[in-house]
Amino acid sequence: MNSKIGYLLALAALLVLPLAIYPVFLMKLLCFALFASAFNLILGYGGLLSFGHAAFFGGAAYVTGHAIKVWGLPTELGILVGAGGAGLLGVAIGMLAIRRQGIYFAMITLAMAQMVYFLFVSAPFTGGENGLQGVPRGTALGLIDLSNDLAMYYFVLAIFVLGFFIISRAVHSPFGQVLSAIRDNEARATSLGYDVDRYKLLAFVLSATLAGLAGATKTVVFQLASLTDAHWHMSGEVVLMTLLGGLGTIAGPAVGAGTIVTLQNYLASGPLGAWVPVVLGVIFVVCVLAFRRGVVGEISALIKKSF
Amino acid sequence: MTGAGTNILETQGLTKEFKGFTAVDSVDLKVRRHQIHALIGPNGAGKTTVFNLLTKFLIPTRGKITFNGQDITFAKPAEIARKGVIRSFQISAVFPHMTARENVRIALQRKLGTSFHFWKPVSSLNKLNDRADALLDMVGLSRFSDAMVTDMSYGRKRALEIATTLAMEPELMLLDEPTQGMGREDVELVTQLIRKVSANRTILMVEHNLGVVSTLCDTITVLQRGAILTEGTYAEVSSDKRVKEAYMGKAA
Repeated sequence: MNSKIGYLLALAALLVLPLAIYPVFLMKLLCFALFASAFNLILGYGGLLSFGHAAFFGGAAYVTGHAIKVWGLPTELGILVGAGGAGLLGVAIGMLAIRRQGIYFAMITLAMAQMVYFLFVSAPFTGGENGLQGVPRGTALGLIDLSNDLAMYYFVLAIFVLGFFIISRAVHSPFGQVLSAIRDNEARATSLGYDVDRYKLLAFVLSATLAGLAGATKTVVFQLASLTDAHWHMSGEVVLMTLLGGLGTIAGPAVGAGTIVTLQNYLASGPLGAWVPVVLGVIFVVCVLAFRRGVVGEISALIKKSF
Repeated sequence: MTGAGTNILETQGLTKEFKGFTAVDSVDLKVRRHQIHALIGPNGAGKTTVFNLLTKFLIPTRGKITFNGQDITFAKPAEIARKGVIRSFQISAVFPHMTARENVRIALQRKLGTSFHFWKPVSSLNKLNDRADALLDMVGLSRFSDAMVTDMSYGRKRALEIATTLAMEPELMLLDEPTQGMGREDVELVTQLIRKVSANRTILMVEHNLGVVSTLCDTITVLQRGAILTEGTYAEVSSDKRVKEAYMGKAA
């Protein structure tokens, strides 16, 4: 009940926030919040550390950019094509990776994501180092002109809410129950008749698709898909966001993403500009040492204790 | 075929080799229906390996395993679980970050066929609650149905594990040292539970505690160095000189 009120308050805040804060920054924040939430589905609820989620984020960014710019698809369809492409990539990488656990799973996902990255570096349609530029924002449903930042913001917010709802529903579904069981004790889940690999694969593909949705939306916002989106730094950053906000909590990754993106933005323009990675590194170390459950995890533990 | 007295599980020449070392050496095991059958033996006798072969967590090098006359030698662990062979683990196998009721529901929900449905609310599983609570009640955990399993005592976790196993309506329960690492009270509790749930079921257990074996089991198979040393009732087995030697060493 309490969490429902919390979500409604957060939604209300998100609806009025662009009146006070630069909408493009908020859109970036929402895209990364969705990306981290999608990532949390596989790490926090599936217990699998993927180190290659940039492949889905960046892959969808390029596919959507290409679909809208070159094929001339409408914006919504372009985003869906991008997310679908990330999902297909998720099937391919997932089938290989889920056979292994722990560090091997992380290494396979990293290696596959690197292959995808080098494909983007050399493929002609990505524009190489320059990125895929000048992607038109187009219109929403053929009616609302998205070149207006405020209109674009509400479009992004709608996508974020939809993605976030899918994730929280998946976590609290019959499937989510089995997934938690597998995370807690895989051998036991097997001995209760579950083919655990198939459940892990579905979780991985869902996570990849929604990470793709975030990357695709980001392309439309910035009218650009670049190598940064697919670089392994991006895979690392999303781990950081998720851990900082709270692994395996619904709202945690969004909070973590908000914190990191805000810090990056404000630090970059201040005197610490060159030191952003160092500051983030220190935050990460403090987070792991002092509050391992992340911001949201620690807060909800406190609330539980005081009742 | 399915009446009492027939064999529910059989192995023929079951062998497992690990790089030149024979852990299990042509074991012919017959588990009769509706019995409690124990597998005992000194450390390193191959009990756990046999157990893992039967539960398909290991693949045999040679030999054949049949369950109800069906060849399950190369079946997958999840597959035999769906046929009604459910195992337990040495360390209590529960899902710690879920409630006791959710633990039992995991076993019940597969039959609903909605376990891949990520778009359905979790409340769609509430129709299983009555059955889950009844199972928890049976093992004396009805007060704990909403408790997080992490916070429960070891004996209660074991009881919960049994409730979850029962939810699968197993024909054959394979228990891996069910009383290992327990204090006397918990041993008593779990022994009574096993007796209670053994009605109309077959149980094969690996057990160290001879007290438990003597009070519970109908048939005892003694393993030594990967092979069957002898088999019989507790009275027969315990009076066998070779069994004493296997456990205590040869009398001087």
